[in-house]
Amino acid sequence: MIIAIVTIAALATLFGLLLGYAAVRFHVEGDPISDQIDKLLPQTQCGQCGHPGCRPYANAIANGEDDINRCAPGGEATIIALADLLGRDPVPMDDDIGEKLPSVALIIEKECIGCTLCIQACPVDAILGAAKQMHTVIESECTGCELCLAPCPVECIVMIPIEEGIGNWIWPYPDNDHRDLSLSREAL
Amino acid sequence: MTEFALILVSTILVNNFVLSKFLGLCPFMGVSRKLETATGMGLATTFVLTLSSICSYLANEYLLIPLGLEYLRTITFILVIAVVVQFTEMVMHKTSPMLYRVLGIFLPLITTNCAVLGVALLNVQEQHNFIQSALYGFGAAAGFSLVLVLFAAIRERIAVADVPKYFEGNAIALITAGLMSMAFMGFSGLVSG
Repeated sequence: MIIAIVTIAALATLFGLLLGYAAVRFHVEGDPISDQIDKLLPQTQCGQCGHPGCRPYANAIANGEDDINRCAPGGEATIIALADLLGRDPVPMDDDIGEKLPSVALIIEKECIGCTLCIQACPVDAILGAAKQMHTVIESECTGCELCLAPCPVECIVMIPIEEGIGNWIWPYPDNDHRDLSLSREAL
Repeated sequence: MTEFALILVSTILVNNFVLSKFLGLCPFMGVSRKLETATGMGLATTFVLTLSSICSYLANEYLLIPLGLEYLRTITFILVIAVVVQFTEMVMHKTSPMLYRVLGIFLPLITTNCAVLGVALLNVQEQHNFIQSALYGFGAAAGFSLVLVLFAAIRERIAVADVPKYFEGNAIALITAGLMSMAFMGFSGLVSG
């Protein structure tokens, strides 16, 4: 009886010490998983996912606090890349985020007063202009995050949906049931 | 040499741990949806099973039997296996990030997998020596990986097949597993005795 208690206690203590030592000795800086997730995100820092930037969203995914389908600028490609990394099944874009068509901002140049507020708000530096000069949006850089809409004092920025063409058309998800997801993934 | 080959064939095909001993069914159903994850899981299990059957053999032979504590076998094995796996995971995390990426997520999952403990206990029951224990563990894991990968491949086909509505998901997976189990019964004629 005594021998049993002593043996198990000694064994457990020994193993505890070993693991404690290993935790200190083999400590790894940072969280590699959230680093890897962060690398896959588009780094537009647009905040459409509800987090204040890409790094916080990556941390939230790594901790299992948020789903992988909330990155609007990344779109389908990001969801599939994240699903591959994390070994999960890809899911369609979140409804709050996904229902908008992909679009770019357009400044109505007649109304622009050149206040530069939208330039400061743009996370990807897609707006060109200077104080008291008319601004314009570089269409190819714009991620459609809509962060420039709110600061504009004269509301001269509108969102224009991107027209579907050969360059950006993708297979649509079938909407009958989830089973066909893997099919459309192969088609991608 | 024949004896070692016999152990391998027996554990991989004839007495397959999943299909004829019904051990390790949770990862078998859980991670068999995708072929890549199934392969990762198979590799991780092979690693852990071989290591843990060696360690638990040593613990049994040099700690429990000399002290006459055979009745504490289960709890000691669980302790030893958990610690060895955790320790290996830490070392691997630091020294080989590449390997950690392949196996990392699965290692803690299988620490207390029933197949892992089952192999350790069966080793004692069948009075294997050191090399036999290691081979038995390795063979069990190879059999597990083989079946897991085959099953994942079948399930990937089933996912796009036209399955009747009430058999979708786990129901058809269990039926498939049953059919595989019956198919593997055919191997019992492979080795006589």
